[in-house]
Formats: sequence, structure tokens, C-alpha cells
Amino acid sequence: MPFVNGARLTTAGLFLLGCLPAAWLLGAAFTGQLGANPTEALIRQLGEWGLRFLLLTLAATPINRFFKWGLLLRHRRMIGLFAFVYAVLHFCAFIWFDHFFDWGELLRDILKRPFITLGMAAWLLLLPLAITSGRWAVRRMGYRHWVTLHRLIYPAAVLVIVHFFMLVKADLREPIIYGALLFLLLLTRLYRPGGKARQRRVSG
Amino acid sequence: MSKRSIKRRHVYRQSALPHTELTPEADYLGRREFIRRWGLTGAALMVSPAFNLLGKDANAASTLPARLNSRFNSVLSTDETRTGYEEVTTYNNYYEFGTGKSDPARNAHTLVTDPWSVEIQGAARNGQVGLDDLIDERELEERVYRLRCVEGWSMVIPWIGVPLADVIEKLQPDKDARYVEFTTLADPRQMPGLARNVLDWPYREALRLDEAMNPLSLLAVGLYGNYLPNQNGAPLRLVVPWKYGFKSIKSIVRIRFTRERPSTSWNLANAREYGFYSNVNPQVDHPRWSQARERRIGEDSFFTPKRKTLMFNGYAEQVAHLYKGMDLRANF
Ligand code: HEM
Repeated sequence: MPFVNGARLTTAGLFLLGCLPAAWLLGAAFTGQLGANPTEALIRQLGEWGLRFLLLTLAATPINRFFKWGLLLRHRRMIGLFAFVYAVLHFCAFIWFDHFFDWGELLRDILKRPFITLGMAAWLLLLPLAITSGRWAVRRMGYRHWVTLHRLIYPAAVLVIVHFFMLVKADLREPIIYGALLFLLLLTRLYRPGGKARQRRVSG
Repeated sequence: MSKRSIKRRHVYRQSALPHTELTPEADYLGRREFIRRWGLTGAALMVSPAFNLLGKDANAASTLPARLNSRFNSVLSTDETRTGYEEVTTYNNYYEFGTGKSDPARNAHTLVTDPWSVEIQGAARNGQVGLDDLIDERELEERVYRLRCVEGWSMVIPWIGVPLADVIEKLQPDKDARYVEFTTLADPRQMPGLARNVLDWPYREALRLDEAMNPLSLLAVGLYGNYLPNQNGAPLRLVVPWKYGFKSIKSIVRIRFTRERPSTSWNLANAREYGFYSNVNPQVDHPRWSQARERRIGEDSFFTPKRKTLMFNGYAEQVAHLYKGMDLRANF
């Protein structure tokens, strides 16, 4: 492959991989594979993919540290942006297919229903991270401030898990599994022999 | 009801059907279902995109020849578009067979519905009563009711059954009875969902006796002209169309008349969210979601705004008097 840069190929491959769930959902929606209540299925699937990418973003550092596998870390920015994009699609699907752009009703829901309030809060925490995901932001803000800001991913992920817990009716199995994964990922942050982890982080 | 087992075989074992039966089977299942079961997926794909994104052919299975003789009750039936047979039988809440909407259709084949008897308590006719004795097949009525789930979706289903009031009169409840409690079968060998404690099994529901005696209350044994599929609560279920769907308890094995208000499953699980009455009421929101609107399964597409939910699910004329003087916000 003389004309193709290997790193770029990996990036492109990961990008396509990230688009796959959305493409699959779109195809499934058009061919009626989403079951009897496709709207609900779509909203839920998009939310769940947002959460999965969020956990994958959080897994980048520990996987690099403990398994010496840096692929995720090198592409963490993109994975994090996928989390945000799926959260945006999730929110858009909710505004469009569930509320039909009834903004008054939407505002009432955000204020009155705790699970929506928390979803919204999580989304608002992810928003500045997506905006400042570019290298320019690191330069403008300074690395220290940028890192501090991007720690918002922790409370955001916790809020998403609580969002999930609050929306299920009786069967807590799924939110428990995702919650346990998040707990594990957060736990690895407490383990810092030598305090060198910070320097090993790549910006972005 | 003795013919049930024979008919069941017709529905579930297509592979054993002689070829002469193909046409009625196709009629019965409806085009979509027929195509799906017989593997003509290419054809299905050719016709489905337009339907599925822009709204489905929800009436596909509504003009089928009935196999269960019944009298059509036009007075109590809605003439709204009926939800397709496929949606009615694949999108179910029946936690004894799993908490996913498609779990019951996948898992409920293990339910043995024949023979079936119901234990009666608190009435003159106490003890085990066989299904045939409880339900007189000559009295069967077809009624097309709206069904509104607490989760914000709804269907229109042609049920077949008898008025609950007739059965109660036959059973002669004790004089001091004020409530009637229903219990679902709880057999872990038949019901894989019981292995997990998502609810306090067995599933229980109850009505005030005057609610139960209301002409709308139906004890159903069938839908769409045939016996109930297992996932829809075979062989005997309650249908109370002005209440959220979870009140319409499935696969009933016990009917108990009592003076005290019985505890009910969802109310036990979360009293703040699920009241004893659980009448459909667009003005009283579930704490987690609005009840003002609903999505009609099968009929509404992505681009159809949700329709407004009606007070008592549109049955106010028949049932509002039951709650006169009651604060429906406190008694939700
Ligand atoms: C922006 C505000 C948000 C709103 C209004 C919102 C709304 C919803 C709604 C309506 C549901 C489905 C509830 C149901 O069907 O009963 C849901 C489920 C879910 N949402 Fe959100 N959400 C928001 C933000 C987020 C974010 C930021 C994430 C994650 C990145 C997320 C992840 C999830 C997950 C994982 C589920 C459950 C999916 C499942 O059941 O499999 N949500 N959300």
C-alpha cells in the first residue's frame, strides 16, 4: 500500500466501525426490523450506543496501562466524539419521534421527569467536551485546564448510568451490568503507581 | 372448550398442515405473517420498506374468518383500525416469560394451557372449576377494545370472551365481598421468567367488585377469531380497557372474592408509580413519563405525532360513574 499511510487507514477503519451501528439502525428502520415499536427501539438503541462509546472512551487509558495496547488511547478523541454523536442522535430522535418538536412539552419533561433531567444533564456535560475536542482547544486553554475540563466525562458517565437505572420499570439487569463496568473503569483511576500516568496521556 | 387442543395444533404446527389447508392458513395469518412464516423474505422486503417507515398495513389481519364462534358486540366495540395480528402477538409484557417485549412470543410455547382450571375462593362455588365450566362457549362475544399500556403505547384488539359479570354471578361471591382478586399461574418449569425476582410472584391483580361487574369487563379466551396465543395470556385473561394494560391480568389460575382490598403486583413493586386503580388518565402523569399522549402500535410511523390519550381510555361514558366523588389524583 504505497500511497496509504497505515495510521490513516486505522483511523478510517475505526471511523467506519463507529458509523456501523447508525447505519445498521437506519437500515433496520427502513426495512422494519426494529419490531412493533420501532420508535422506542431506535431511541433506546441510540442511547445505548452512546453509553457504549462513552465506556469505550473511559476504557482507553486503563487498557493502555494494563494491557499495553494503545490503539484506543490513540483514537480516544474520535471514540469520545462518537459517544457524543450517538447521544445527540438519541436526543434528536427523542425530540422528533417522541415529542414532535413540542418544545413546551419537552421543557416540562426535562424539568419534571428525573430520568430526562439526568439525561439532559449528562448531555450538557458532554457538550463542552465535544466542542473542545480539537487540538486548538488544548493550545487555547492550556493543557492543565483542558484536562480538568475533560474530567467532566466522569460525572457525565455516572449520570447516564443513573438515567438508565431510573428509566427501567423492574428489570435492572442491564443498568447493573453497565454500572458495574463504569465502576470498574473508575476504580482503575485510583490505582496510580509512580504517578506517571498523567504524563503518559496523549492530548486529545 | 374441549376443541382447544385440536385448534391449537392448527395454529402452531404449520409444517404438519396438508397442502389443502394452505389457503385458509394464509387468510388467517394475514399476508405479512404468511410471507414471513413461509420464508418469502424477498417478497417481504420488496413490499415492506414503504409500509414500515411510513406506517404499516395494520388492518392486514382484521378480516380473517373466525375459528372461534362468537357474537360481535358492536355496541361496545370501537371501529378504529385494528392493530395487526403480528404486533398484537409479538409485542407483549408478560414478565413470567422475560422482560423484553419479544420474549413472551419466543418463550411462552412452554405454557401448558390444556387442561386448565381456576381455583375459586370466597364464593358459593368454591374450589377448582374447569375452564369449560367457567366459560360457556355459546356465550362468547367478540369485542374490539382499545388497550393502553402504562408505557405510553396502545393497540386496538378484537378480543373474544364473556362478560366478567356473568361469570361472577354464576360463582355467587360471598355477601360481604367488595373486591375480586386474580392470580396468574406461577410455575417455574413452564415460566422461565420466574427465576428472576423482578416482581413478587405470583402476579396478582384486583378490581373493586363494582368495577368487575361493569359491562366492559371481559374475561377473554381468544383474540382475532381464535384462541389466545400463550404470550397473550392463554387460556384465560382479564380485559379491563379503561385501565392501564397491566391490570388486565393473564393466564388466570385463581379468582378470589374478598372484603379487604388485595395487594396487587405492580403496586407492591412501586406504590408511588402504580396505584390500585390505575385508570387511564391523561391528567395524572406517571412520575417517569407523561400520560398525555400515546403511540398506536403498528399504525403510527416514525413521522406520526403521538395521539392524545383519552380519559378512561375513551370509556368515560361507561365507567366514569364508578369513581364519582373520588379524587382521581390521590386514587390513581
Ligand atoms: C439529552 C437528553 C436525553 C434525553 C431526553 C434522553 C431520553 C431518553 C429516553 C426517552 C429513553 C428511553 C426510555 C424508554 O424507552 O422508556 C432513554 C434511554 C436511554 N438513554 Fe437517554 N436521554 C438523554 C441523554 C442520554 C445520554 C447523554 C446518554 C448516553 C450517552 C443516554 C443513554 C441512554 C441509555 C443507555 C438508555 C437506555 C437504552 C436501553 O434501554 O437499552 N441518554 N433516554
